[in-house]
Amino acid sequence: MTYIAKPKFHHPGLKKNELGYTHRDYEGKISTLCAGCGHDSITASIIEACYELSIEPHRVAKISGIGCSSKTPDYFLGNSHGFNSVHGRMPSVLTGANLANRDLIYLGVSGDGDSASIGFGQFAHSIRRGVNMTYIVENNGVYGLTKGQFSATADRGSKSKKGVTNTDNAIDLVAIALQLGATFVARSFSGDKTQLVPLIAAAIRHKGASFIDVISPCIAFNNHAGSTKSFDYVREHNDAVNRLDVLVGREPISVDYAPGTVQVVEQHDGSRLALRKLDADYDPHDRLGAQTFLARHAAKGQIVTGLLYVDPDAEDLHTHLDTVETPLNTLDEKALCPGSAVLDKINASLR
Amino acid sequence: MKPTDISAPDYFHKVVDCQWACPAHTPVPEYIRLIAEGRYSDAYMINWKSNVFPGILGRTCDRPCEPACRRGRVEETPVAICRLKRVAADFKDDITQRLPRPAAKNGKRIALVGGGPASLAVARDLAPLGYHCTVFDGDPKAGGMMRSQIPKFRLPDSVIDEETGYILGLGVEFKGGQRIDSLKQLLAENYDAIFVGSGAPRGRELDIPGRKEAAANIHIGIEWLANVSFGHVDKIGKRVIVLGGGNTAMDCCRTARRLGGENVKVIVRSGFEEMKASPWEKEDALHEDIPILNFMVPVAFKHVAGKLIGVTFQKVKAEYDDKGRRNLVPSGEPDETVPCDDVLVAVGQENAFPWIEADCGIEFDKWHMPKVDPKTFVSTNPKVFFGGDAAFGPKNIIWAVAHGHDAALSIHKMVSGEDITERPLPEVHVSSQKMGIHEWSYDNDISADKRFKVPHRDKVIALKDIRAEVELGYDVKLALGEAQRCLNCDVQTVFAAPLCIECDACVDICPMDCISFTENGEEDDLRQRLKAPSPHHDQALYVSGDLKTGRVMVKDEDVCLHCGLCAERCPTGAWDMQKYLIDMVHAGSTCQSKARSAA
Repeated sequence: MTYIAKPKFHHPGLKKNELGYTHRDYEGKISTLCAGCGHDSITASIIEACYELSIEPHRVAKISGIGCSSKTPDYFLGNSHGFNSVHGRMPSVLTGANLANRDLIYLGVSGDGDSASIGFGQFAHSIRRGVNMTYIVENNGVYGLTKGQFSATADRGSKSKKGVTNTDNAIDLVAIALQLGATFVARSFSGDKTQLVPLIAAAIRHKGASFIDVISPCIAFNNHAGSTKSFDYVREHNDAVNRLDVLVGREPISVDYAPGTVQVVEQHDGSRLALRKLDADYDPHDRLGAQTFLARHAAKGQIVTGLLYVDPDAEDLHTHLDTVETPLNTLDEKALCPGSAVLDKINASLR
Repeated sequence: MKPTDISAPDYFHKVVDCQWACPAHTPVPEYIRLIAEGRYSDAYMINWKSNVFPGILGRTCDRPCEPACRRGRVEETPVAICRLKRVAADFKDDITQRLPRPAAKNGKRIALVGGGPASLAVARDLAPLGYHCTVFDGDPKAGGMMRSQIPKFRLPDSVIDEETGYILGLGVEFKGGQRIDSLKQLLAENYDAIFVGSGAPRGRELDIPGRKEAAANIHIGIEWLANVSFGHVDKIGKRVIVLGGGNTAMDCCRTARRLGGENVKVIVRSGFEEMKASPWEKEDALHEDIPILNFMVPVAFKHVAGKLIGVTFQKVKAEYDDKGRRNLVPSGEPDETVPCDDVLVAVGQENAFPWIEADCGIEFDKWHMPKVDPKTFVSTNPKVFFGGDAAFGPKNIIWAVAHGHDAALSIHKMVSGEDITERPLPEVHVSSQKMGIHEWSYDNDISADKRFKVPHRDKVIALKDIRAEVELGYDVKLALGEAQRCLNCDVQTVFAAPLCIECDACVDICPMDCISFTENGEEDDLRQRLKAPSPHHDQALYVSGDLKTGRVMVKDEDVCLHCGLCAERCPTGAWDMQKYLIDMVHAGSTCQSKARSAA
C-alpha cells in the first residue's frame, strides 16, 4: 500500500477531451490494493474510457459490493456518485438507482466472489431484466481479502498458491450472461488495455445490460504456476476473437487499424463500433453461436476474449416497464400522487 | 533502440539536470536534502568541495542550474537552488575543522596570476597536495572581480573575506598589490607551473561623438564599480544613464541609486527580453525604480562647454532575416536626446594581455585571445595554464571555478609527469534507497508549493546604505519549504527487465505518464508512441531489454517527479529508487588511479 497521495502534477503535454479534462481529472484516491493488482489496471482502463468518451463525472454512478474489486470505485472518478453496497447486492442497489434516475450512467463494479457466489442470484436477475448498466466483474478466481481461497470462477484443476487442486466446476459468468440475455457481452484481460479500454467505452455507450468479465490476476494469491488466472497463463491462452474501436463523433478511440476485416456496428445512441475480426468464424451477433464457441474453446483451456455478443438494437428495463422519460426522482408530488380521483379510476378499470 | 546503458556515468548524470547544467557539477539535490534535514554544515561542505565559494555563489551565481531544473518543466518556476546554497552558508556552524590541513610542502611552486575565483579554485585544489601556491593580484585583498565589481549590497565583504580566507588558510601565499607586468619575468622565476586567472579586466569603450569632450562625466562601468568598491568614488549626479543590458549594467544602475542618483535609467540597444542580464537582476533594478528603456542605440554624447548634458539615441526595431538572425534597423522615429549628468558605460568587457610578451611561447588567436585547450586549459606554453574569464572571455564565477578544478588537475598531472590529456573518469555511486516496504530514505511526497520569495530589506533603508545587503536570505522555515520543492532527481528510477511481469502497475500509477510498454523501434518512432507527448529530445528515453511479451519498457526521463510510486506499486521489485552520486575528479582525489568503470 502506498501512503503518499499521488502528486497533483501532471504531464504538461497531456491532451484534453471535449470537456477540457485530462485523464488525470477522472482519477480517484490512490489505490490501497496490493502492488501490481490487476484491478488497478481495470481502474486505469475505466478512467481512460470515461476520459475518451468525454463523460461528465457528475453523470456517473459507480456502485459496488464487497471485496477487493468493490473497493476500486474509490480509485476512479473521484467526482462521481458512488455507493459501496452490501456483499453481492450491487445489482439490486444499481437497479433501484437506475429506476429512480434513468439519466445517469451506471457502472456496476463487482468481483468473482461478489457476483458468482454471494450475489449470483442478484447478478442473474439484473442481467435478465436488461438494466441499462455496465456491469464489470474483476475476476481473479480467488478470495483475495481472505488470503486466496478458490472462488466460484476458479477453473477445475487449477492449483492454489499452496498447491491444492480445485475440484469444483467453475462458473463462467460470460456464458451465464449470454444465456440470460445480456445484450452486450465481452471478456478481456487487465493486462491488455488496448483491448479493454474500447470494450468499456462501448459498454458504457450500449443501451441495455452490458457485461464485461475482466480477468485480473491476483498478484498476492493467484499469479503462480498452476493458476489459470495468472499473467503468464492468460497471455499464453488468450484467444482474442476481435479488436474493437469505438467511434464517437469525430475520432476513433484507437486508430490502431491493421489489415483485416473491419465491421462497423452502429449502436442505438449513434456510436459506432469498428470491429476488426481476428477469428474469421466468429460472429458477435449470434448469441447461440457465441455460446457454443465459448464452450468449445473453454474445453481446450483457451480463454476467449473480445466483444463476444452485441445486440445494437437492444432495449432496457425502462422500455420494458414503459416508464416515463423524465427520471422518477425529478417528478413532482403532483405527478407522483395524482390524487384519489385517479386512483378510483384505476381501481374501477380493474373491476 | 538498444537497451539503455545505465552504467555509463553520463546517463544518470543528465537526469540530474541541475547538476549536469552546473559547470562545476555540484550535487544539488544531495545538498538540498541536507538543508531540509537541517544539516547546513554538511550541505555547505558538499558545495565547498564542488564550487569552492558557496556563500558567494549563493548570492551571485548566474544559476545555469535553475533554467535546467526539472521542476521548471512541471510547473512555472524552478527550485531556488542558488538561494538555498546561501542558506547552507548562512546557517552552517564553524566548519574550519573540516577544511583540509595545510600540507607538508612537496617542493613544487605554482604561480597564480590574479586573485579571483579561477586562481583561488586552483590554489584550493593544489595547496592541500603540498604545492606552494603564490597568488599575485594588483588589489590588496583576494577575490578579484568578486570583490571589485560586485556591489556590497549584493555581496558583503565579510562573505568574500570568509571564503577567500578558507583558501588562503590552506597555506596559500597571497601577494596583494603586486600586479604582474611581465610574464617573461614570471617565467624566469622558474615556477613549476603558472596559472593565469587574470579575468577580463577591461571595460569596452563606446566610441561615439562627444566621448572625449564630455569624458569627465562618462565612466566605464566596471572601473567605476571598482572605484566605488574601494571607496574612491562616493557620489554621482542626480540624473544618470546606464548604457548596456548585462549584469554589470544592473550593478551600475543600482549602485548609482545609492550614491545620489535620483533619476537613473538603463538604456539598451536590444529589446528588454533579449537583454543579457539575468531576469532576477532586471527585476531587482525595476524594483528600485530604475526604468529600462529598450531599442535605443546611443549615437552621441551631448555636451556644453565640456559638461555632459545628455545622450542622443537612435530609435531602432528588431527585424529577423530568414535564418532567424536579429538585425536592429532604424525604426524611422526621430532621434531622442535624454538629458543626464553622468553616464555609466557597461557595454561589455574585454580581455587584455599587455603583460604577455610575444616571446613567451603563448600564441594568440585572431581575437587576441590566448590559444587554450578547452579540456586541459593549457596554453601553447606547456607550463602556462589559463582559466576563468582570461581563458575564454567573460563568463560567470561558477565557470571560473570549474575551469580552476580542471586546470588544477592538469597542473598536478603535468608536474607529476603524466599525460594531461588523459582525464580520469569520475567516480559514481548508485545505491538503493529502499528502507522497507514503501519506505524510502528520501522524502518522496511531492510538495505542491510554489517558489518561495527571498525576503528583501525595505527599499527605503536599502537605498540609503550602499553596504546594506538587499537580500536577507531565506530563514529556516522558508528554506525548508523551498528545499521540499526539490524533486530529488538524483534518486533514479532503475528498472530490472528480468523481474518485470508486465502488470502495468507502474504505468497506471505514474503521475506524469512517463512509462510506456510498447514494441521497440527507432527513437523518433518510439517517441511518437509513448503514453504522453515527448517533445524534449534532449531528455533521454530509458529503454529496457526485451520483456516476456516481446515489448520493451520505455521511460521518458523528461518530467519524472522521482516520486518513486512506480517502485512502490511494483509487485516484483523490478523498479527500484537508487541514489546516484557522481564525484567529479579533482586534483589529488582519484586522478592518479586508472579510469574505473561506474556503478
